[in-house]
Amino acid sequence: MSAAEEVVAEGHQAVEAVPKRAMTLGTGTSLVVLAALLIVPMFVKNFIIFQMTMLLIYGLAVLALNILTGGSGQFSLGQSAFYAVGAYTSAVLMEHGNINYALTIPISATVCFGFGYLFGKPALRLSGVYLALATFALATAMPQLLKLNFLEHWTGGVQGLVVTKPDAPFGLPMSQDTWLYYFTLIVTVAIYLLSVNLLRSRSGRAFMAIRDNEIAASSMGVNVALYKTLAFGVSAAVTGVAGSLGAIAVQFVAPDSYTITLAISLFLGMVVGGVGWLPGSFVGAAFIIFVPNMAESISKGLSGAVFGVLLFLVIYLVPHGARQIAILGQQFAGKLKKN
Amino acid sequence: MELFTNQVLAGIATGAIYACMALAVVMIYQAIDHLNFAQGEMAMFSTFISWQLMQWGVSYWAAFVITLAFSFVAGIAIERILFKPLAKAPVLTNVAGFIALFAIINSSAGLIWDFTIKQYPTPFGSAPFLGSQLISTHQAGMIGVTVLLLLGLYFFFQYTRIGLAMRAAASVPESARLVGINTSWMIALGWGMATAIGSIAGMLIAPVVFLEPNMMGGVLIYGFAAAVLGGLSSPFGAVVGGFLVGVFENLAGTYIPGVGNELKLPIALALIISVLVVKPAGLFGRQIVKRV
Repeated sequence: MSAAEEVVAEGHQAVEAVPKRAMTLGTGTSLVVLAALLIVPMFVKNFIIFQMTMLLIYGLAVLALNILTGGSGQFSLGQSAFYAVGAYTSAVLMEHGNINYALTIPISATVCFGFGYLFGKPALRLSGVYLALATFALATAMPQLLKLNFLEHWTGGVQGLVVTKPDAPFGLPMSQDTWLYYFTLIVTVAIYLLSVNLLRSRSGRAFMAIRDNEIAASSMGVNVALYKTLAFGVSAAVTGVAGSLGAIAVQFVAPDSYTITLAISLFLGMVVGGVGWLPGSFVGAAFIIFVPNMAESISKGLSGAVFGVLLFLVIYLVPHGARQIAILGQQFAGKLKKN
Repeated sequence: MELFTNQVLAGIATGAIYACMALAVVMIYQAIDHLNFAQGEMAMFSTFISWQLMQWGVSYWAAFVITLAFSFVAGIAIERILFKPLAKAPVLTNVAGFIALFAIINSSAGLIWDFTIKQYPTPFGSAPFLGSQLISTHQAGMIGVTVLLLLGLYFFFQYTRIGLAMRAAASVPESARLVGINTSWMIALGWGMATAIGSIAGMLIAPVVFLEPNMMGGVLIYGFAAAVLGGLSSPFGAVVGGFLVGVFENLAGTYIPGVGNELKLPIALALIISVLVVKPAGLFGRQIVKRV
């Protein structure tokens, strides 16, 4: 255990500090997972397909938080606000502007990028708990802002908006749910690859330098203010895309679906998946989607307590989240190869 | 002008609630360096214990003292059992632990005492205070208790050996260990004290917001905001922050058109953030100088 802990402690500092051989193992696993994601929907019921779609969507949202917190070291409890902006952008464009659902996604990414970037400006002065409070304020304000009277014509006020589910294009022989699933999968894979590359690029290294030590980073010539706001922008854009996809999948947007509870779940997803480890985002998403349901089925009255206990168990066993399991797996595979 | 004075007075009265909570938040922040999200729920649970004792026929003050002792022990127990094993885990994992604790306490309280709203007695009575319609004797009593608590804490931290040891353990743990302070137990003691203060806050707040498992949700948010506004390193700042937030909130609700009850919280928070942008360590907090 102690050896594993050392590796985890090292791995915690640098995202790309994974040995070469392990990378191939990682790629292999990703390909297997991708194949499973492609094939499974052909054999399961629509409800399970819907849940898998939501898994990908929440996975994206957790990934976005991971870029912000795991990448640039800025903590946010305001992700639900970006998610809401994305969802509403798509819903309003589709229902009032009759714009194709696929086109609304890049638009909401752009809108959210701008929103996040601008929010990142005042947030520059804050860090740690102070930043947590500022983002928290954003999250509590968002549902109230969406309910404002003068926006009601567009947002539908408290009632929200109903979104039409798109049909499969080119006369493909699949149900709406299945098509939406594959559509989400394509977007998710694209964003995932982009994010991995972003963190490996010059900008990604700048993020991590800022995370590890702001003063040292700035003395090495990293433009701290620029990269911190950029991290907010990118994170908001990805969250916005998740929000758009979520609105289309659920077919409904309402202010009270995007409260602070959503932001807290996304945060828990990040911790369970492993902070700074992108593949973990999807493990974390699975946790926040399935574990509450599981807790409910174990005990209705005590579902919150059961959820809390399960969460405690997870953080006791793997304080660094799913990433810790992955690192243990790599070491095990390495040992097998040596023998 | 009279409307203004009245609103400020009313703001101070609600501010006392936030000040109490903020004081508990700062206490635990001093001891463990994290914001404890489950603090409000712990206070709620303690308040329910005192309510239960009173249902069984214990007098108010006896229930008060028993609850205080129970909370102190419970706080220490929670730290020893649940959070000590996480001491070496990353900060964010600890925060997830607080959220788990929140869920556990909230849900258990709901199961034991259900979610109906309960009346809670006040020891100060609820007549108008000094003939003012806006502030009742209970609220005046609350302000009094908060101020007393603050003074008590000040003397504890400044003039007692153990207070000094706690401060040392929180600010430079390594050096504190070298001079023979048991830092691990200082943290537990901090949890105990914070939980006890939280229970006082809960018992004072309950007559105003009524007793139910979700009663602390809103209060804790304001308490956090107040603590952050005053500066997390200063108990005095927390109390001042609490009163300021109360006054802010009331004035915004009265003078800014279109602000109903719904928008009060976002506006108060927005104001606080504008203050923080100018003074990032809070009004009375000390700026922490970091070494490269």
